[in-house]
Parts: sequence; structure tokens; C-alpha cells
Amino acid sequence: MIVPFDIIILIFLVITALISLRVRDLLGATMILGVYSFLICLLWAEMGAVDVAFTEAAVGAGVSTVFMIATIYHTRRHSSD
Amino acid sequence: MEFLNASVIPYFNYWIYVVLMMIGLHAMITKNNLIKKLIGMSIFQTAIILFYVSIGVKTGSTIPILEHHHDEGHAETAHAVAESGDHHAEETDHEKSDHGNNEHAIEADHGIDPDHFANPLPHVLMLTAIVVGVSTLGVALAISQSIYKDFGSLEENEILAKIKQGGPGVDV
Repeated sequence: MIVPFDIIILIFLVITALISLRVRDLLGATMILGVYSFLICLLWAEMGAVDVAFTEAAVGAGVSTVFMIATIYHTRRHSSD
Repeated sequence: MEFLNASVIPYFNYWIYVVLMMIGLHAMITKNNLIKKLIGMSIFQTAIILFYVSIGVKTGSTIPILEHHHDEGHAETAHAVAESGDHHAEETDHEKSDHGNNEHAIEADHGIDPDHFANPLPHVLMLTAIVVGVSTLGVALAISQSIYKDFGSLEENEILAKIKQGGPGVDV
């Protein structure tokens, strides 16, 4: 565990979480959620949980982003809040 | 400053875990759009996983994978262990006590210190949690699509208004 690296990633994690909930465009919010997932994947590799890191990269960032994009294309892209 | 050094920096993962969890909970409760609620749920789940993985971290530890390096001392001890194993096979009378001692000797000889590795148990548990989280998200998104088909909207207030006036898709 590398402490300065850890702190930087955690701060960016909170920033991306807040931005993805703030953005009105749902496709943009999904993309920023993908950034969040890759950041947390980086955090887990740094904390020594490599198996969790690559599962998160494949399943959390990859598959759930695809699911969300599919749903947004079948419904509406704009959100009221 | 003392508080920062004593309580914030060493436990920074836990502080951020609480912050992320509350961000997710707040989004799930207050957001009007169903997709935004699901983004909040996703953040909530990763916050819990962050907590569990942080439990397994030790300072100065590495990833929980054992290297096979055969230097002189280790080769010798491995040989000795094999010999004592043979000896052990010949002598079946004192099996119980011998076995216990032997196991202890192997542990000491190989020099595997658990403090050098991160605890892999929370990692394995959280591997399952990630997969469960994604399947939950998939089901929730499928239900959202079905709601959109029935009500023509993903906004919570519009859906509730349509339910109140007995709009399409309402059986009650």
C-alpha cells in the first residue's frame, strides 16, 4: 500500500462520484461512472487485491457500463436532475 | 493537525468509505430519475466493497501470491522435510504427534510470514459481491426499461402522477 497514491485516488473517487450524480446527460453520467470504476480498480490493485481489481475492470467498468448504455438508448437520455 | 495525523491519514480509506456510502444513499433517496438512483446504488455497493478490502490491507505487505524461489537454504530444508516425511511413512505408530510436529516444522522452515501478504479472505468474499452487484444492476435496468414502456417516463414524479390518475399499465 502506497499512502500518497492511495489518498490521491480516494479524493478523485469522491470527485467523480459527485460529478456523475450531478450531470444531467445520462450518457455522460454513465461515462463518468466508468471513470469511477476504473479509478476504484486502480485503488484495489494498489491495495494488493489484484483479483478484485481485474474483476472490477472487466465486470464493474465493462459490463455494467454496457448495460447502462443499452438502457439509455432504449429509454431517454435526458434526466431532470 | 494532531487530529489529522492521528485519525485521518491512517484511516483515510474508512473516512472515504463513509463519504461514498452517504453520497450513494443520498442519491438513492433524493434523485428523481431512476437511472440516477441506480448510479447511486452502484456507488453505495463499491463503498461497501472498499470497506471490506481495506480490512485486509497491512502496512508493508504485498499481493497474496507465493513466489517459488529455491535458494540454498530452502532446498536443504525441503530435502530435510522430504526425508522426515519418508521416515514418517515408515513409522506409523506415533502418527498423530509426529504429524503435528512435522507440520509446524514445515511452516517454520519455509519462512512464510503472513505479515508480508495482504489478507486474501476479504478479497475473495468481495469478488462474489462484485458479481452480485452487477446482476442486481442488470435486473434493475431491465425493470426500468419495462417501466419506461408502460409509463413513457423514467422520472419518479411523472410515474407517480400517472399511477394516481390510473394511467396505462396500472392494473389496480
